[in-house]
Amino acid sequence: MAKYAKRERSTNMRPTAYRHPPAACAQLRGALALAALLALSACGNIEPWVKPYEREALADPIMSFDPHPISTAYTHHVFEAREGARGALGSAGGGCGCN
Amino acid sequence: MTGDRLQATGDSKNAAVAADLLLLVFARCASPVARRLKRLACSLRPVACSLSLFLVSSSVFGGVLPDDRADALYHRYEGGGVTIHGPSVLVRKKMAEKYSISANYYMDMVTSASIDVETSGASEYKEERKQYSFSFDYLRGKTTYSLSYTNSEENDYEAETFSFGISQDLFGDLTTISMGFSKGADVVMRTISDPGSGGRIVDPSFEQDIDRWSYRVGVSQILTKNLIAALELEVITDEGYLNNPYRTYRFVRPDDERKFALATEIYPRTRTSNAVALNAKYFLSYRAALQGGYRFFTDTWGIRADTYSLGYTHPLGNTPWVFEVSYRFYDQSKADFYRDLFDRADQQNFMARDKELSTFKSHTLRIGASYEFVRNGQGFIKKASANAFFDRISFDYEDFRDARFSMLDDSDPEFRPAGSEPLYSFDANVIQIFVSAWF
Repeated sequence: MAKYAKRERSTNMRPTAYRHPPAACAQLRGALALAALLALSACGNIEPWVKPYEREALADPIMSFDPHPISTAYTHHVFEAREGARGALGSAGGGCGCN
Repeated sequence: MTGDRLQATGDSKNAAVAADLLLLVFARCASPVARRLKRLACSLRPVACSLSLFLVSSSVFGGVLPDDRADALYHRYEGGGVTIHGPSVLVRKKMAEKYSISANYYMDMVTSASIDVETSGASEYKEERKQYSFSFDYLRGKTTYSLSYTNSEENDYEAETFSFGISQDLFGDLTTISMGFSKGADVVMRTISDPGSGGRIVDPSFEQDIDRWSYRVGVSQILTKNLIAALELEVITDEGYLNNPYRTYRFVRPDDERKFALATEIYPRTRTSNAVALNAKYFLSYRAALQGGYRFFTDTWGIRADTYSLGYTHPLGNTPWVFEVSYRFYDQSKADFYRDLFDRADQQNFMARDKELSTFKSHTLRIGASYEFVRNGQGFIKKASANAFFDRISFDYEDFRDARFSMLDDSDPEFRPAGSEPLYSFDANVIQIFVSAWF
């Protein structure tokens, strides 16, 4: 009984800040919209922290995620035909025909 | 009107077209998931338009299309009583630095006497699969639009897939985001013995369809001047005849509980899966690369799978040689309706004994080498390499037993009653030999 009473009390004692009047709601929405706009403008002005002239290592062919596309496609097919999992392999997929 | 404004107007149109194309793609689909996505897409239309506009209008520098290249590969898989080998040829060509087309021809020549074939009492069979793929990429600013089509044909299976994708470079090319959609349509047939010729013919009374939808989003990110990472999410949903018409489940024989009988599997007609993958590659100071990856997979059939991979690429000084070694670990839990041995026929609504739906682990070790035999141009070829890769894959099944032991005669010392046979496992060798030329 004490537990129920405590729950009831806690429900009744909801802080008034949770009950936004319409004007406060509008202000909150406005603030959120402003924050989103600022975030987007900030995104638009992000300075690349790795400058183009610092990407020599990343441009090395050994750093490619898929240096041999013909081999990658075949390897994915080998696994997809023998495993239950599929997808998120960076390719558009294709007919399996593995029955 | 200045050139910049013209570009901006073009980009706005591009954005609207991109957003509408995505919505159209969703709208054309009829599956329950697609309908939900369609509703979601409609409700998010303003956001999609704004996002696309934001992405496209952030173009400052041109993106990059893949290099012109041609590859010719011979592949051979051998393991578990199955041998599959054949060629694959891929050609990609750019035009006017804005368009890129590619074509791929792939062939499997299969000879199979797998444990499933042996357990069913059938004899070794041979078949072929041919696959053609075509793709078209269009680069505008930092946005790449891609369309592709794949057709795969066997005597008893046909599959077609259309794909659309869009990718965008952002933030000084530190980030690339991409999204894509594929629609597949398969036709499942089966072959039967021809009483006249004794050979096998396609059963004219059996033809079933499968519709497939795939939705992808991904982001790749340059994190430091030596580290790049990529995150990808893909949702695939299938609807139709998802069984293999030849595969059977086994159940305890009512007249002899040490033996089993077989019946055609029954699968649900829908399946939706979610996969998310994170991959990263790191450049080591002495010019080598370290790659790691993880993929989490789950689906509505109750399968959960984790895939871990680690790879190392090592160019040998200034020689034309590059060596690779990698390890991949795959761990899967079974589908809800999978059992190695059912207590009786028609025990439940759905029944499967496909080992790809069982609980198992696989380990793959790869070694490979590439040799650049043209490094500084020769005629119209800028660069060319010869490559060889060898994979050793070990499959260890945890609830798929080797039923051949209970098919033996009772008097055979190797005989084991159904349900207490040794667990099945096998090793496979995969060889790839290919030549690549850039022009």
